[in-house]
Amino acid sequence: MTTPPSGATDTHCPYCSLQCGMRLRPTSGEPAPVEVEERPDFPVNRGALCGKGRSAPAILAAHARLTAPLVRDAHTGQLREASWPEALDRAADGLAAAARRYGSDAVGVFGGGGLTNEKAYLLGKFARVALRTAAIDYNGRFCMSSAAAAQRAAFGLDRGLPFPLEDIPRAGCVVLVGSNLADTMPPAVRYLRELQEAGGKLIVVDPRRTRTAALADLHLQPAPGTDLALALGLLHLVVAEGLVDEEFVAARTTGYEAARAAAMAHWPERVEHLTGVPVALMRRAVGLFCGTPDRTGMVLTARGGEQHSKGVDTVGAWINLCLATGRAGRPAAGYGCLTGQGNGQGGREHGQKADQLPGYRSITDPAARAHVAAVWGVDPDELPGPGRSAYELLDTLGTPDGASALLLMGSNPVVSAPHAQHVTERLRALDCLVVCDVVLSETAELADVVLPSAQWAEEDGTMTNLEGRVILRRAALAPPPGVRTDLEILHGLAERLGVPEGFPAEPQEVFEELRAASAGGQADYSGITYERIAAEDGVFWPCPASGPGEPEHPGTRRLFLDRFATPDGRARFADVSHRPAAEEPDADYPLRLTTGRVLAQYQSGAQTRRTPALAEAAPGPFVELHPRLAARLGVTDGDGLTVVSRRGRVTAPARLTAAIRADTVFMPFHWPGEGRANTLTNPALDPVSRMPEFKVCAVRVEKAS
Amino acid sequence: MTTARIAVVGAGMAAARLAQQLRLHTEALDITLYGQEPHAPYNRALLAGVLTGRYAPDTLTLPAGGATVRTGTEVVALDPAARTLRTATGETAAYDTLVLATGAAPVLPPVPGLFAPGGRELRPGAHVLRTLADCAGIVRDAQAAGRATVIGGGVLGIAAAQALATLGCAVRLVHREPHLLERHLDAQAATIVRRTLEAAGVDVRTGADTTGVPDDGPLLLACGVRPRTRLARAAGLAVRTGIVVDDTLAASAPGVYAIGDCAEHRGTVHGRAEPAWEQADILAARLSGARPRYHGSPDRLRLTAGALEIAAFGASASPGPDTDTLRLSDATRGIHKSLILRDARLVGAALIGDLAAVGEIAEAVGHGQPLLPDPVHLLTGHPPPAFSAEGAPA
Repeated sequence: MTTPPSGATDTHCPYCSLQCGMRLRPTSGEPAPVEVEERPDFPVNRGALCGKGRSAPAILAAHARLTAPLVRDAHTGQLREASWPEALDRAADGLAAAARRYGSDAVGVFGGGGLTNEKAYLLGKFARVALRTAAIDYNGRFCMSSAAAAQRAAFGLDRGLPFPLEDIPRAGCVVLVGSNLADTMPPAVRYLRELQEAGGKLIVVDPRRTRTAALADLHLQPAPGTDLALALGLLHLVVAEGLVDEEFVAARTTGYEAARAAAMAHWPERVEHLTGVPVALMRRAVGLFCGTPDRTGMVLTARGGEQHSKGVDTVGAWINLCLATGRAGRPAAGYGCLTGQGNGQGGREHGQKADQLPGYRSITDPAARAHVAAVWGVDPDELPGPGRSAYELLDTLGTPDGASALLLMGSNPVVSAPHAQHVTERLRALDCLVVCDVVLSETAELADVVLPSAQWAEEDGTMTNLEGRVILRRAALAPPPGVRTDLEILHGLAERLGVPEGFPAEPQEVFEELRAASAGGQADYSGITYERIAAEDGVFWPCPASGPGEPEHPGTRRLFLDRFATPDGRARFADVSHRPAAEEPDADYPLRLTTGRVLAQYQSGAQTRRTPALAEAAPGPFVELHPRLAARLGVTDGDGLTVVSRRGRVTAPARLTAAIRADTVFMPFHWPGEGRANTLTNPALDPVSRMPEFKVCAVRVEKAS
Repeated sequence: MTTARIAVVGAGMAAARLAQQLRLHTEALDITLYGQEPHAPYNRALLAGVLTGRYAPDTLTLPAGGATVRTGTEVVALDPAARTLRTATGETAAYDTLVLATGAAPVLPPVPGLFAPGGRELRPGAHVLRTLADCAGIVRDAQAAGRATVIGGGVLGIAAAQALATLGCAVRLVHREPHLLERHLDAQAATIVRRTLEAAGVDVRTGADTTGVPDDGPLLLACGVRPRTRLARAAGLAVRTGIVVDDTLAASAPGVYAIGDCAEHRGTVHGRAEPAWEQADILAARLSGARPRYHGSPDRLRLTAGALEIAAFGASASPGPDTDTLRLSDATRGIHKSLILRDARLVGAALIGDLAAVGEIAEAVGHGQPLLPDPVHLLTGHPPPAFSAEGAPA
């Protein structure tokens, strides 16, 4: 790394999981207190930034954000400004009252994949130690939980990518499944370009011809909800064409025969029928994937393949393809997940997930409980057990079976959760909702107490990007008066709940404790320090602490080269079979809806919709449909469309494009209100990961009256 | 409560799918498959690929959900009233639910000299292609003779002829009807198929009867199949062409169901793997407490045989009155596409050689909605001109 010029701060973008390096320089204050400059020496993005990153400082301006706590006035029923002591008292009283009345599990905590490792860690500890509740989960459940479960099953370990992005250009062939990274993480496109410049091939699997699919050497366009069948069909062709790496399968895997039998049940013509992908294209895909020298090649999945009620099995089937062809556990080869949120990786490792403790430990494992309890200075028996998954937690809010008070940090489920109108009603049914956010999000609007948090440019902390690289976020300026950091908020709440110790507000102090709590776990951070991160442009976990006199552990850039992280060191094939979506089209709802993202918006849009340049580029929702479908419906471009599912109806303008299948409509989900895509989505859950089925449900489309 | 005992007579594709699906619904079932063949369930739809060596026989094994598979065990009698079955070895087994998945047997045409003297066995050199065991004999005889004759220009006959040609044999394909695949294709489309086969070295004879067993090489009979219903008939179950089932896949006795090639639903016997699996899926769900019903499966053809790729949907062979047919035919490149429209609705389609639009065309035949704007774009693969600028994002 190089030292930033005086007055400037080297840090990272607040948005996606690439965590691009950026340099912030203070301004005179207008239009925002800092401006973004390139940070060319940071390896992940080498200076490149997208429009979201470049415009991120807009939300730092005082007029764009909350600068004082809000409480709901008992008389008017409206939110009004309050002092911090009043707001924290009100929040702590609300949480404590619910615990007193209904027991400690009646207090829920909902976190986010954008929180730093320190916050995610402390939020999990806050739930288990200060609130003593099992009811904690986070929006990362909606993000990469299916890939995480499948990776753990196959490899014994879940790190989004087992290799750094810099390996992509050498992969020879990359299959992107349900990723539109040209829109969602544009600086990553450079790796695909370098792959193709080196003669490598890009295959994109997506029901839409997205900006990413347009870059591909081969685009496979399966019906939403059929990626699992497609992966099985490709494995079938690998078997049929004699392309199985028998030596690798024998030496480094188990469970091949069951996987092969499942592939035999998915012969190409049947898969064509299920997916709509012609056999000839499947054959070409197998030819490209298996045509690389040295058995390099990668399959990278993202939400398109994962956000299904069969997301875990779908990822498992893609992993099977890697294992059968020997494209795993060797250089420039393997399966990876393109994690979405900024700290989607670290956020799932340190204890804000319902079933986990720090270091990617299982909350049901007695040894893990004992280790973490010792770090926390509590009796292991006092630690709660596993709680409900995110959607189940939200679904039961305000019911006798669920939480009646909720602390929500860094998430906006009114826009981003499936079956969003129902979730909104559940949030309204709470006795007490406390929201920590930087802006008055649609969820914060429902709160009893809103606590304004500091932003990325105003705080220190660590994030772990999609590569498993732990990076350092640095404060470039102080938060404005009236704003506190999330750690300060947790400290203040813990104090009021009678736990004054153990919730430090200083990030590095929290990180030191996280190191100890993670030591010996799968995601072992104990050898990582802020100083090393700064000096080494990030450190890849696992990175255990070294003993006295021993050299420092270098961190682990590449996993599985010698063995997989299973007890016997072998990767496990998944025994999976295609099954229909939870909701298939029928006479009443004859079309499929799939949801996703646009270039200029991020997640629920709470920040990006408030950024003028982005709001101008992508001002509102739309319904993408094929001209042939539009003609059938008598619709032209720009007409108002009503999209109806079993859960609700939304209205948005039509956008005609031949880039989508004629049996499918697409809506981006960044907006609230009458165009909110998640009003329609189906909360059917994956049986293992508890991932909701965001990517496919049955709808009908009508011309709006 | 005791675990329900489900006996499945047959261990073919429908039986395997049923067992695999039942296991997804519930672990607590005692499922036994009784199969005559010595193999665990395997994918019969891929047998032509076994002829060419594309598939080693043991790779065809299908998942069967961990069910007990009694290979080499023929069921010889059923007693639906007592809910028992009897095997060829005299063993009697009780069940709670019986599923007949007995499949189908090849139809043997009246070719003189087909049978060994005095017997019901095919004479040496005459073959059918229904089981893994059949494959080895055909390949052995064909390779020994360097030639083979296939009777039947349907899906199986074409696939087998193409496979044997791939092995380097001189193959003659003899078909009684005036053109190949007459159930699914019109004469013009069938001509494209014929030329593609001829280019692969197959000598195609249509409108030709087979007068005897050739003496210069083996004979492979691919003249269709008929449901195996003997057991059901003997047990007093209602049987027409197949074992009669209703929309719940129930046969005419309590606790007895039939699926796959042996079943007749609303007068139709499908004889293809995909309807068999749709039936298996529905029956598995019903036996697990759900209540889906089977409403039939659309007729379709999908064949890959070497370079030959064919898909046909709906009324592709006999358009009927009040229809328009759009055709795009390129004999030089072996490509043919046709759409059959009635009142602007797609009621049938055939694709040969270029299946790029197969997904969308299958969907359009299925949804039955008017096709607009200009349906010719389904054939050319281009979006309508008014929208082509929208095709690729900038």
